Amino acid sequence: MAKEEIKKNLMGFEKPLEELYKKIEHLNKVSSSGKMDFKEEIKMVEKRIEASRRDIFSQLTPIQTTQVARHISRPTTLDYINYIFQDFVELHGDRNFADDLAMVGGFAKLDGLPCMVIGHQKGMNTKENLYRNFGMAHPEGYRKALRLMRLADRFNRPIITFIDTPGAYPGIGAEERGQAEAVAKNLRAMAELSVPFIAIVTGEGGSGGALGIGMGNKVLMLEFSIYSVISPEGCASILFRDASRAAEAAKNMKITAKDLLELGVIDDIIKEPLGGAHQDAEQTAKNIKAGILKHLEGLKNLSSRELIADRYNKYRKMGIFAEVAELADAHDSKS
Amino acid sequence: MAKLDIPDNLWTKCSKCNAAIFNKDLEANLKVCPKCNYHFKLSAAERIAYTVDEGTFEEFDPALEPKDFLGFVDTEPYSKRINSAKLKAGTKEAIITGKGTIGTLPAAMGIMDFSYMGGSMGSVVGEKVTRIIEYAIDHKLPVIIVSSSGGARMQEGIMSLMQMAKTSAALGRLREYHLPYISIMTDPTTGGTSASYAMLGDINLAEPGALICFAGPRVIEQTIRQKLPPGFQRAEYLQQHGMVDKVVHRKDMRDILIKTLEFFKG
Repeated sequence: MAKEEIKKNLMGFEKPLEELYKKIEHLNKVSSSGKMDFKEEIKMVEKRIEASRRDIFSQLTPIQTTQVARHISRPTTLDYINYIFQDFVELHGDRNFADDLAMVGGFAKLDGLPCMVIGHQKGMNTKENLYRNFGMAHPEGYRKALRLMRLADRFNRPIITFIDTPGAYPGIGAEERGQAEAVAKNLRAMAELSVPFIAIVTGEGGSGGALGIGMGNKVLMLEFSIYSVISPEGCASILFRDASRAAEAAKNMKITAKDLLELGVIDDIIKEPLGGAHQDAEQTAKNIKAGILKHLEGLKNLSSRELIADRYNKYRKMGIFAEVAELADAHDSKS
Repeated sequence: MAKLDIPDNLWTKCSKCNAAIFNKDLEANLKVCPKCNYHFKLSAAERIAYTVDEGTFEEFDPALEPKDFLGFVDTEPYSKRINSAKLKAGTKEAIITGKGTIGTLPAAMGIMDFSYMGGSMGSVVGEKVTRIIEYAIDHKLPVIIVSSSGGARMQEGIMSLMQMAKTSAALGRLREYHLPYISIMTDPTTGGTSASYAMLGDINLAEPGALICFAGPRVIEQTIRQKLPPGFQRAEYLQQHGMVDKVVHRKDMRDILIKTLEFFKG
């Protein structure tokens, strides 16, 4: 999609910008007819768009953030790999059943450093999405990811994962081939990796399907990505018996990068360009790369054993509960 | 009229075949329908009574209680749900952990209770599972976890998801210490619970007819818009597809556990 088209592919809450874009279009038309030059006027309208967008994006609700995270033009894993890494060689298949097109992976160089990169792959239109199964992997996708992680582990290469999935695929074949077992095994195995591992939520962090490649030493999130135990719609349809109350569910569950940083579930937030990653994929990729380099630097002096311990302790601490000793005052335990 | 004047609490209707079963008979049959073999859900206390040597079970971490740290409100506040769940289930959370012996063989155990918020896994379930695994490592014991759970607890948001990571990592450690883990999946074992500790058994056992899956049948039907095959996602289906070592009738479970523990005994 052309850059101009992406810019105009507005989300519902960007409606106030529509008139301004129309104005620019009109001014451009008149300008190109050669009678008058509206360059200055166009610049002014563009400034107004920017100011208005800044205003809108400074106060997104969680469900609006969800829309940004799911935007059809949002850059995908392969986009980021191409911008951030060099010499990417894609590797296919789980050596058991098939190659899952919703999960991509392979080795690549990060400023000369060989890494293993893995991620969910969505499409940017319906045709691509059907091909990529909307970024929803089957068990063979998780098993391919595991195979590549273990390969990186054996040859002491850092692992970088890109998370962007509505969830692991809910279908007959997926269940038959052990979706639950595939995710579970990945969780256990990721805890044992002896190399630096950075996971980045770039779009939708959909539940177990996201976590299935997400147990990094460091977990980063793009500013307008989301990460949740269930989709807002799924949560609303179960708890409210009404999927249309997704906005409430999104707010309740705390799914934004800012909320998850406060809860201690993620380690850092990566800034997105004004209007979201799809407004400038290259700049977003630059920001992600800076985040990867910064956090790899912090991990590079850890031994294999320390990396495993670091990861174990990180997840060991997750959980908020009360430990109420009998006949004693409530002692809150939060970590 | 002096007809059958039987109080309701003397008999139970089977949820599968609708047969009326005298409670005394049902209990004598370990809460399995004598007509159709339907395995009724058990409370954690009943499961312990049917499985563990009498008087040997010692509960750990009974002081752990959930907290409404997100201030989560759906049709009612989570804080209120916590209180009503406690009253309904008679336990403080959806799992009881501890140690005991089965056929004199010691084991560390976790037994989930579906009647507490659908056996959902939040911070407390994850913490208790992790602590019992760590206890087993420290005391060189095998671990047995009986799952009965609808999956991760939505009211604790992302923190419930993180319990999958925490418990699975702990099971990885148990493996490194060459200690066995037996997972028993009962009706239902789904979502975040099946996609973490429930599926990671060295031995995966399941009760007949138990629903065991990642995504529930309704979600799948909505996604693929077609009817699901009969028996789909039931324990027998999972055994057929290689995910479960053995479907075990409740009356045989203790015996199979003893044989399994004997195999692993160091």
